[in-house]
Amino acid sequence: HKYHLELELEDVLDKDSTVNCTAEVLYHLGNKNIAPDVQFKLEGELKNTDEADNVFYNRIKSLEKELVAENIPDNHGNVSPEMEPIHLLAWVASGYVIWQNSTENTKFQLAQIKHVKQVKRSDEYLEFDYKILLHEMLTQEIIPWQMTVLWHPQHGVEVTRDSRQPKEASE
Amino acid sequence: MRGLVLLAALVAAAAGTETFVGHQVLRIIPTSDEELQKVQELQDLEELQLDFWLAPRGLGHPVDVRVPFPSLQPLKAHLEANGVSYSIMIEDVQELLDQEQMEMLRGRRQMPITTNTFNYASYHSLDEIYTFMDLLVAENPNLVSKLEIGRSTENRPLYVLKFSKGGTNRPAVWIDTGIHSREWVTQASGVWFAKQIVLDHENDKDLASVLDKMDIFLEIVTNPDGFAFTQTQNRMWRKTRSKQSGSICVGVDPNRNWDAGFGGSGASGNPCSETYHGPYANSEPEVKAIVDFVKNHGNIKAFVSIHSYSQLLLYPYGYTRTPVPDQKELHEVSAKAVAALSSLYGTNYKYGSIITTIYQASGGTIDWTYNQGIKYSFTFELRDTGRYGFLLPAKQIVPTAQETWLALKVLMLHARDHLN
Repeated sequence: HKYHLELELEDVLDKDSTVNCTAEVLYHLGNKNIAPDVQFKLEGELKNTDEADNVFYNRIKSLEKELVAENIPDNHGNVSPEMEPIHLLAWVASGYVIWQNSTENTKFQLAQIKHVKQVKRSDEYLEFDYKILLHEMLTQEIIPWQMTVLWHPQHGVEVTRDSRQPKEASE
Repeated sequence: MRGLVLLAALVAAAAGTETFVGHQVLRIIPTSDEELQKVQELQDLEELQLDFWLAPRGLGHPVDVRVPFPSLQPLKAHLEANGVSYSIMIEDVQELLDQEQMEMLRGRRQMPITTNTFNYASYHSLDEIYTFMDLLVAENPNLVSKLEIGRSTENRPLYVLKFSKGGTNRPAVWIDTGIHSREWVTQASGVWFAKQIVLDHENDKDLASVLDKMDIFLEIVTNPDGFAFTQTQNRMWRKTRSKQSGSICVGVDPNRNWDAGFGGSGASGNPCSETYHGPYANSEPEVKAIVDFVKNHGNIKAFVSIHSYSQLLLYPYGYTRTPVPDQKELHEVSAKAVAALSSLYGTNYKYGSIITTIYQASGGTIDWTYNQGIKYSFTFELRDTGRYGFLLPAKQIVPTAQETWLALKVLMLHARDHLN
């Protein structure tokens, strides 16, 4: 099935900043293991985030020990200011994972970052190993997922590895 | 040196305090049989005094181990030499314990003595909410009373607050929150509603006119076992905590356990599923208690069951596409209620029947209540639409409760104006 969408994108960090967008989404019949095709066109420009990107990039680059964190947001919905970019990065990366695993009968959201650890690299990229929880609306399931995320201010986000994880027995 | 450490440990044990200074908790996820074996072998190295928080179970399953400070270096060297990768989950166990201790003391000092000092803008434990209820009743004995309508699987009392200005078996409004335990903004909103009714029952003309003719029943923690579990073990727990025969999985979805289209499409027969309907309708004591209450009362006119998240106002049916006979009226009231809700902070809600607006769901609460003759049966899905989802920041509790209350008043007023 093919869908034609007219969307308004709203900047999560600035509700007054919006951009219109048109998209075509094609869900493949039969083989549910192929991600839907997405074509889109932005009618306008996304905000420039170079400054914030560089601040975050330099902060992480200058850490003495690799970053490690858990439960973002915490159980009460709190995200510390230092962890906000880590949270946003997970949102973007989980968007890719969600796209790759979507069908016409799924609606995924990132529920929580259970664990994130930075992986040391010798090149200029930042690498993070995330364990996230995805919430699927129709089944109401909470699905643990691992994703390895590369990021660089000029080169953007890439998910280099991702895999569904088994659920713990206590859950 | 080791003798001294042993001596120190003995002394600490004798003194009754154990210290975890410098201890770390490592996480190892074995991804090969060799790795798994190496990790299993660690369990036999007694002199390292390793404390397995999560014992080795199999490939892909995390192994968490607390490592005393003296064993850190040798253990890490051993792991690295054998190509077993690990991550540091807790850098310093004692630091974490000290932090937790501080927070607990801080919390304890804030234990409310009156409902005026209760912090409505934060999430609370089950004990704190039950204390709040008793305080509210004690402060307003002429308006509020507490009923126990049953007990949960784990024998926790199921409490309902009754708000009444008198009369006998007046027509009533029922509101429940927290039936799905992970939806924390709902229990928190329930607490706020309770206080708001007390504050406004005389000066708010709409609320006063409702209470002149009707009673309000409010069950704040509809699933206390699940709620306790979200606080201690798994923040994402949704269902009840009943054991299911023939399965290691626990719990039934209390919003699939009602006798309306029970077991049909829109619920799962798998005990491990989040939408497991249970072995039979009303198998869950949390559900049975409400069913018995509603049937015994016999005069409930409006029934509202509150969930999160998605920002929706829904009316029956969920189990079938057949529209309810009162579809037109329920749709119009919903439009009014949503308009009132949005008027406060601009929060956007959609509304409609469950099956056309969210998904097919069988055995749901308001399908049953509607079929019992309670025309004004509604379900809310509160904030947000997914940014925080179940983990809604505490600072959004009060705004959420405030806007929802405006919608609830529209529904209650409509019920009051259509009493026959």
